[in-house]
This record gives sequence, C-alpha cells and structure tokens, in this order.
Amino acid sequence: MSAVLPRDTLPPVIAPDETNASISAKISDAALRRPTGWLWIAGFGLALLLCGLLFVGICWLLYAGLGIFGLNIPVAWSFFIANYVWWIAIGMGGTFISAAMYLTRQGWRNSINRFAEAMTVFAVSVSGIFPILHLGRPWFFYWLFPYPDVMNLWPQWRSSLEWDFWAILAYLIVSIVYWYIGMLPDLATLRDRAPTLAQARFYGLLSLGWRGEARHWMRLEQFNLITAGLAVTLVFSVHSMVALDFSEGLVPGWHETIFPPFFVAGALFSGFAMVLVLGIPLRKWFGFEAYLTERHIVNMAKMMLAAGLFVDYSYFSEIFTAFYSMDKYDVAMTMHRVVGPYAWVFWGTVLFNVLLIQLLWFPRIRRNAAAVFVIALGVLIGMWLERFMLIVTSLYEDFLPSAWGMFWPTLWDILFLIGSIGLFFFMFLLFARLLPMLSMFELRKLVASQRRTEARP
Amino acid sequence: MSVRLHGLLAEFADAEHLLAAVRRARADGYYASGIEAYSPYPIEGLDKELGARHHRVAFWMLIGAIGGGAFTYWLEWHSAVVNYPINIGGRPLFSWPAFIPPAVEMAILWAVLLGVLAVLYGARLPRVHHPLFANHEFERATSDHFFLLVRGDDPRFDAQATQQFLAGLSPLSVVAVAQE
Repeated sequence: MSAVLPRDTLPPVIAPDETNASISAKISDAALRRPTGWLWIAGFGLALLLCGLLFVGICWLLYAGLGIFGLNIPVAWSFFIANYVWWIAIGMGGTFISAAMYLTRQGWRNSINRFAEAMTVFAVSVSGIFPILHLGRPWFFYWLFPYPDVMNLWPQWRSSLEWDFWAILAYLIVSIVYWYIGMLPDLATLRDRAPTLAQARFYGLLSLGWRGEARHWMRLEQFNLITAGLAVTLVFSVHSMVALDFSEGLVPGWHETIFPPFFVAGALFSGFAMVLVLGIPLRKWFGFEAYLTERHIVNMAKMMLAAGLFVDYSYFSEIFTAFYSMDKYDVAMTMHRVVGPYAWVFWGTVLFNVLLIQLLWFPRIRRNAAAVFVIALGVLIGMWLERFMLIVTSLYEDFLPSAWGMFWPTLWDILFLIGSIGLFFFMFLLFARLLPMLSMFELRKLVASQRRTEARP
Repeated sequence: MSVRLHGLLAEFADAEHLLAAVRRARADGYYASGIEAYSPYPIEGLDKELGARHHRVAFWMLIGAIGGGAFTYWLEWHSAVVNYPINIGGRPLFSWPAFIPPAVEMAILWAVLLGVLAVLYGARLPRVHHPLFANHEFERATSDHFFLLVRGDDPRFDAQATQQFLAGLSPLSVVAVAQE
C-alpha cells in the first residue's frame, strides 16, 4: 500500500521533541515574559489610530445621520451591509475549525483553534456594529428585542432581519463563552508561571481558580464536546439567516434559493483565509514553528481551496440559472454585473476568488508560506468585493430604468471599513500580547495521544 | 494531632504513574470522594478510576435547550396571536414555520449558558483561593507534573500511614497540605 501512495514529506503536526514542559514554557512565555517588541507597538499604535478614526466616524454618524454615506435610492444598502457580512463570515471560519474539526478528531487543529476562536469573537464583535449603526436611529436598536413596552410594539417574527438579530446575539455570546471556558486551563497555567505578583493576580482572577482535577476536566470535556456540536449548527444557521436577509427580497440577484449554502461556503472560505493571514505571521514572530508546522499551512490551504471551489460553483450556478430561467430581469442583472459600470468589481472577484486560488493545486505553492499568505489576502479582498457586488449590482439597476442610479462611496464609507479593520487588529493584538495564543492543554493532549500511537506495536 | 491537614499531596512525573497511583489508592480502600487527581491535561480513563460515573453537564444543557427554545417559541406565539394580533396580507397569525429560527438560536444559547453554569458549579468555581495553592510544588500541576491528593477527611486517612502509602508509589515528592 505504502508503495503506491506518494511519500508524505510533511513534518508531523507537532515537533517530536516537544514535551509538556516545553509547550507550557514556550507558549506562556509569549504572554508572560516576552518583551513587547517595536513591531507590536507600531501595529498597536496604527490600530489605535484607526480605532480613533472609527470613533470620530461614529460620533459624526450619530450627529449627522446616514446622509454622510453614499447610499440613497435605489442603492439603499452598500458598504455597511457588505462590511457586516464580510466580518461575520470571517468569524464563521474560526468556529468551524474549532468545532467541526474537534468533532471529526482532526488533531492538527489543536494548535490553531485558540487564535481562530479569538478571531471569531473579535470579527463577530466588529460585524455587530454595522447593522446597528445602519438603523438610521441606532439608539432604538433595542426595539428588535421583545419586551413589554407601552407602545405595544413587538418584533416582526416572520422577518429574516429579526431572525438575524437572534442569530447574531446567540452566536456572539456562544463564541465568547466557548472561547473563554476553553481558555480557563491555560489561564491557570499563566497564573502558576507568572513571574510577578501582579500578573499572578491578573491571571488568577481570569482563570477563576482552575486547578485541573480529573472530575473538573471531565465536565469541561463534556461541555466542549456538546458545545462544539451546537456551534457547528450555529455556523450554518447564522450564516444562512444572513443570506436569507437577501433572498427574502424580491430583487433579481438576491431572490435565489442557492443563497444560504452559497453564503456559508463563502463564510468558510474567507474565515480560512483570515486564519492563514493571522497564523503565518504569528508563527514567524513568536517562533511557533514547532506547533504551527508546514503541515498546518498546507492543510489550511487545501481547506481554503475546497471552500473556494464551492463558492466558484455558486457563481457559475447563479449565472447559469439566470439564463436558464430566461427571466429578463435576471438576465439583465447578470449582464449589468459582467459588463456594466461595476464590471471591475465582478472581474476583481473572479480574479481573487476563482483564478488566484487555483494556484493552490500545486504542492510547491501550498508549501510556500509567503505565497499562501498572499493568496489568502487576495481571498479576503475578493470576498469583500463579492459582498459589494452582490449588494450593489443587484440594486443599482432594478426593474424600472427610470429608477436606475449609481452608488459612489464617500470618504466616510471608506473610513468605516478601514476603521473596522483597525478595531479588529486592536483586539487581536491585545489578545496576542496578554492571553495564551495556542491551546496548551490541547497540545499536551496531542503529545500524549501521539506517544500512545507510537507505543502501539 | 497538632495541625489539621487538608491532605497529603504526591507528585508524579507522568500520567501513567498518576493512573497507577489512583488505582492503588482505590484498591487500598481509600474512598473515591476522598482522593483527587490533578493533571495538566485531561487523561482518558482517569475519571472512571476515580469512580465518577455521572455528572450533570449534558443534563443541564438539555434543560437549557428545551427551556430556552420553548420559552422563545411561546413568546413568539403569545405576542403574535394573543397580545397583538395583526393581519398583514392575510398571513396566518400563528406562522409556525417562521417562528422556528429564533427558537432554535435561543435553544442553543441557553444550552451553552446552562452548560457553563453546570461546569463551574460542578467544579465549585470560581474559587480563587484554595489550600493547594499554598504549595510551591503544586504550581507545576498546570504545566507538566501530575498530582494525587488524599484528603484529610477520607475515613481511611491517617497522617503517618497515608504518608507511607504514598511514599511507596515512587512519587517525586510527598508534601503535607495545611488547611486554610
């Protein structure tokens, strides 16, 4: 059998000389003892600056209203909704890695799940800003919540926009809880290895006094297992509801049954891309080569390619269905997309999401971290363009030519997009500085299970 | 007896020694409720050796799922059918399929929230101070060493006999854990 299969030249999922002691030392020292480098300070300063811009933007938006953006009739949804879908999609990839690959016992996921979950928490938090600020009167956002008020107002339960509110609420809280409870044992490690009393107190409070007794582990393991199962359900249901926000509308280009699975595939695609964009530099800067090996990058690249092919199939299916239906509005919308004034958005999406990722078929490229990083960055750009394309090119030329109109972003539109990236990196850099970036106890488990397999005759 | 002990703590270098020690202690007649095993990662089978059979995490998660989902569904029905019935385009007041998605999301949310409470309550956490934390050796319990604690309230516990018993398990060290 082994003569037929090509020789596996990739390194093992964890360097063979790693022990419980070395895992604990290397990963906790990154948070406890590593000096704050100039690169981190520079990145943090930039992120802080962008957060400041976002803050200014939010203040101006609350004062002046939605008129500061380029949206109007017919294009009443644009950058904000694209940003929202883009960010929440990025979050999905993290949950999928952490939950679905836990259920399928992919041991290699033990070294990426922690920062992937952190990415999820931050991306979902950032995404939540957009729909609320897009309400026009954001201070009434709590009207989405059913409470017995004097106006006798209840939410419209039949609307997918209301479902979306519940889905995001559940998803945000569940991903924070899953991330934090899974981090307790590692916070306890930081507490016990802290060089100063102040650090010991900080991590002591965060770890809630975790000691690692066998019966406590058993409960935690059961919780993680069931929550993983529920989180996979959340990934698919939440992003399907995001898609239903569109497909419930009777607009050509939105009113399609393929939208829920199409959006879920796009979510995993951009989520895997973001994990690569974050993981490749982390691996290099923090010296985690022993845990985030070449095998991880290759595996992630393969998963990104697989998700990308699903997305590409959906593009094809959308165009095919438009012509197959012979619905003149669907055909016109498709033609506007491909050759209209926003054609560059369509072709940009095709370049990044269809053509560029085909390079990942080549093993040499999958094994080149820099190339994978660039392709993943391209995927993130391509996925943003795709959201913009789906939203704006479906709206700008709809049924009546007299109601057609272009959308041009204002500076504020662009500022909110860049500012949200700043907010994400602000949170992620704090995470990288203060918390255990890789899951130490799951890596110890991985080492133990590898020892067992080796010992087996 | 001069100082009341919380228990005696034996330190081991690997999981196999801890598992063997737990087995020996159980065979020697110590109660499962009187011994505690600490490890830096979950060890398969250790909970069984400690005689732990049931714990209520899954049960409470089920209760959370049923309760959260049923309450949300009831709320949707109540608000749309009883409290403020309004006919929009002839749609049925009780649009039962459209009411399912929020109920499903809330079922998941409450399952997870009750699960967390069950994990924390079962482990009696948060508890930031504990007699074990006074021991310098125990700091390695979350990094790379494995510990067996025989608690002072085990009926079979006897400071000297238990000390000798633990010393016979080839531990790295045996220390007395003082009460708070």
